[in-house]
Amino acid sequence: MAANPMTQFEVYRIGPEVKIGSFDISFTNASLFMVISSLAILIIFNLGSKKNSVLPNKIQLLAELSYIFVSKMISETAGSKAKPYFAFIFSLFMFVLFCNMFGMIPYTFTVTSHIIVTFVLAAFIFIGVTIVGFIKHGFGYLKLFVPSGVPNVLLPLIVVIEIISYLSRPISLSVRLFANMMAGHTMMKVFGGFVVSLGIIGGWLPLSFSVALTGLEILVAFLQAYVFAILTCIYLNDALNLHH
Amino acid sequence: MIKKYFFHSIFLNLFFLKEVFAAESGGMPQLNPEFWVSQIFWLTLTFGILYIVLSKAILPKISSNLELRKSQIQENIEAAEKQRIESDTKLKEYDDLILKSKVKAKNIYKDAREKVIKDINLKKEVLDHQIDEEIKKAEKEIEVLKKNAPEKINKIAIETSSELIKKLIGAEINSSSISAIVDDLSKRNGDKYYGN
Repeated sequence: MAANPMTQFEVYRIGPEVKIGSFDISFTNASLFMVISSLAILIIFNLGSKKNSVLPNKIQLLAELSYIFVSKMISETAGSKAKPYFAFIFSLFMFVLFCNMFGMIPYTFTVTSHIIVTFVLAAFIFIGVTIVGFIKHGFGYLKLFVPSGVPNVLLPLIVVIEIISYLSRPISLSVRLFANMMAGHTMMKVFGGFVVSLGIIGGWLPLSFSVALTGLEILVAFLQAYVFAILTCIYLNDALNLHH
Repeated sequence: MIKKYFFHSIFLNLFFLKEVFAAESGGMPQLNPEFWVSQIFWLTLTFGILYIVLSKAILPKISSNLELRKSQIQENIEAAEKQRIESDTKLKEYDDLILKSKVKAKNIYKDAREKVIKDINLKKEVLDHQIDEEIKKAEKEIEVLKKNAPEKINKIAIETSSELIKKLIGAEINSSSISAIVDDLSKRNGDKYYGN
């Protein structure tokens, strides 16, 4: 079982098979870790917002620091107009971060290492941002594809490139997160397998690699959640403040 | 021709990718669509609940907590500033008071000194006056004594000489003759005895 580094990504049913129509919506290990991550976020932030003392305790400080961190990130990248979307970006960042971090615990399942999960999130963001853009600017939002100061000869080409880059946003956003998570976990599994196969004499080198990789992966887990959130902010900024 | 085969193979690969991975036990489980619907469903459910609870209940609370703390701290800072200004004015008042009292004390000291010096001078004058008077009195007395002294001395001289003569020769001699002799002597040597 330990030989294949991809088995850690396998989804399996927990409990009975549940079907709505022809769709299988059974509770799986992926669902379990989505629930655990959401619950952990809710518990931590509920505890952190319960009491308001002038000198915050540790959990309150944690909640308030993350609040300030995300609100600063949004106001720096998307300006003050993005304030109504704060709650969404905050939950997005926290959800991805907690899913990534829970995946770092051995024998757990990394929700964000599945392309379908990240793609649904990215597609939702893409569609939402496009709708927001059209609501805010009407058909003027299409000016996004026509950069100013481009010679007329190049304009058709530039417009095509802009449209392709716009449409590839959900793919790049989802694949970035999914590929990072999958690659990191696969690599850790491979090194872990080396430790076992090389035994007590030769196993120390891959073990030390594994330890170093764990630190790196925790960094990547945070960084990818941050990148995911900040790219959402940038897309939102395009929709809210049309620059072209 | 080579190009065509190349694209053909890539296209076919893409087409059969899912089936290939699904068939292989070692493929990517991510591309197995068996649980995609389940994952989408549970993602929507959990993330939706997370978003609703965070946006409706928790984030407003944190925001109000932060605002409250900010305003509280601001108030405290303002109060501290007020108190600082107050204490500054009080300190100034205190300094003024001390300066004034210092000047006052100096004046009092000066006044007292002048008064004491005046008193001393007055008393000195009075004393000098008194001493002068005493000296004058004493001089007068001395003068009187000086004037009376020759007569008395003459008298004593007459008495002692009459006694002496009595003891020496046993005869009483008339005091008038003695006094004549003494007077005569004193007149001749008066200057030598009294230095006048």
